[in-house]
Amino acid sequence: MPLYQEEKKPKVKGVSYAKYGYLFSLPFIVIFLIFMLYPTVFTAVIGFTDFKGVVATSFKFLEHPFDNFASILANKTFRASLVNTIVIWVMNFIPQIGLALLLTAWFTNRSRKIRGQGAFKVLFYLPNIITAATVAILYASIFAYPIGPINDILQSLHWTTKPFDFSTSPWAAKIVVAFIQFWQWYGYTTIILISGVLGINPELFEAAEIDGASPSQTFFRITLPCMRTILIFTLITSLIGGLNMFDIPKLYIWNGGPANATMTTSVFIYAQAFSGSYLYNKAAAASMIMFVIIAILSGVTFFLMRDRSEVKAKRAIKRMEKLGKGAEA
Amino acid sequence: MRRNKRKASFIIYVVCIILALLSILPFWIMIVNATRSTVQIQSHAISLIPSTHILNNFKVLTGKTFNPVTGFMNSVVIATGATVLSIYFSTLTAYSLVAYEWKMRQPFFTMILAVMMIPTQVISIGFYQFMYRIGMTNNLLALILPAIAAPMTVFFMRQYMLPSLNLDIVASARIDGAGEFRTFNSIVLPIMKPAMATQAIFTYVTTWNALFLPMVLLTKKENYTMPIMVSLLKGDIYRTEYGAVYLALTLSVLPLFIVYFLLSKYIIAGVALGSIKE
Repeated sequence: MPLYQEEKKPKVKGVSYAKYGYLFSLPFIVIFLIFMLYPTVFTAVIGFTDFKGVVATSFKFLEHPFDNFASILANKTFRASLVNTIVIWVMNFIPQIGLALLLTAWFTNRSRKIRGQGAFKVLFYLPNIITAATVAILYASIFAYPIGPINDILQSLHWTTKPFDFSTSPWAAKIVVAFIQFWQWYGYTTIILISGVLGINPELFEAAEIDGASPSQTFFRITLPCMRTILIFTLITSLIGGLNMFDIPKLYIWNGGPANATMTTSVFIYAQAFSGSYLYNKAAAASMIMFVIIAILSGVTFFLMRDRSEVKAKRAIKRMEKLGKGAEA
Repeated sequence: MRRNKRKASFIIYVVCIILALLSILPFWIMIVNATRSTVQIQSHAISLIPSTHILNNFKVLTGKTFNPVTGFMNSVVIATGATVLSIYFSTLTAYSLVAYEWKMRQPFFTMILAVMMIPTQVISIGFYQFMYRIGMTNNLLALILPAIAAPMTVFFMRQYMLPSLNLDIVASARIDGAGEFRTFNSIVLPIMKPAMATQAIFTYVTTWNALFLPMVLLTKKENYTMPIMVSLLKGDIYRTEYGAVYLALTLSVLPLFIVYFLLSKYIIAGVALGSIKE
């Protein structure tokens, strides 16, 4: 569904219907202002105050307005949580995109039709639709110590003699959380990438076939370059999702896990604001830091999406030119 | 050459089948263990054959804090309310962007694109404090009403509406004397049905699965949603009740399983359109 069709729209002349444009978008605007914009501004404001305590309702601005931000940026746990978030995201994203690309190459190969693709897609995507809270607790039960299905398997196969405690090793905890994220999202990424490949002009593939390109040549020389935008889009949206990772790390192991190994920024913000001494101001400052990071990332996506259709059109023209030249030669 | 090809195909099928098993196995263990007693699970935590202790597990489960009926009802109310509002008003907003020429149209659309990716989680402190001040914590409406402004859904609806809605139909409805609002309800909505159905599924599932904001806002037990109920299983009271925990997990995802296997075709097609990303 390209963006550029909008210019072609016929204009309604005569009576002005402009007021209906305002009227019909009014519910959205009102709700947006109340439930999104106001809370955003309020969060930012709280970040500059001394607001804390479970029953507190009043607050005053700090003498040095950026104190909360400075103390959050210097906070060891916050820094660790930021590093954890990135580390867990990387550990999940690299295998995820790798596997998704492999499956995409297999499923879109024109000379080899894989049967049962529909059923495979349905099963690969299944974990994504299941409540993350349930998935987290299910995995906690599966990796339970000393008695749990995984330890049961390991011992039955005689790979270990003693049950392994997955919840006290910082790296085991990180790896399991990253694995759950991977397991929940690779199916989604695969479907997105496959639909991206199906959107590529089939003439390109036909031309490559006629020229005798091998499947791997076709994949690396045509498919991948054509999918650059969709790959960047996948990367950024996954990163934004990863920065908000909460349900899995929160419920797989309580309180950030061994040595805070699974403490992500969202878990940190939740713990600051809604438990212990209810440091709303510190949590708000941390939220705003995350807000800025996400806003920058989504700015990049926004830029990409706005230009996607334009870039696509340009590339199509270039490709046609190249093909034309190829035909001449 | 041909033999190599066959070998490659074989490897592909093996990998795909392993991945498919990887998707099913955790849920299979969950469902089977939901029927087994804690003693059975303690002696062998993994088994592929169901047992007969499901009723006993249910008694243990509901004898404590986990209340599947309350959780289910609250989740249904929130997810249904949010989905209906979100789909109707997103289509209406998209219509205002597609069908009318107004001065602020382009800035408005740019703003929708700009805020599309901002997750509600990062503004939760301000949201909670605001709701607290106006006495709307523990009010399900605080989780339903914001669905009226769903930038992602509006974007999707607009993209679908541009090629599929012929504005001549709207113009001829005008000549026939239909009001603008009536035209939207009786002509535009039916055309948008496929897009609305796809978005409805995703909005419903996303709302049903949400944990962060509900957990922040709903502190009274009678308001807990299904995911909050699930989070209770992590506490000490269920530490040794393995069978009951597995049963609770199974109950929490049963509706999703049913919906998924009935609608999987549409869901996969919807994902392919790039329509959802949290």
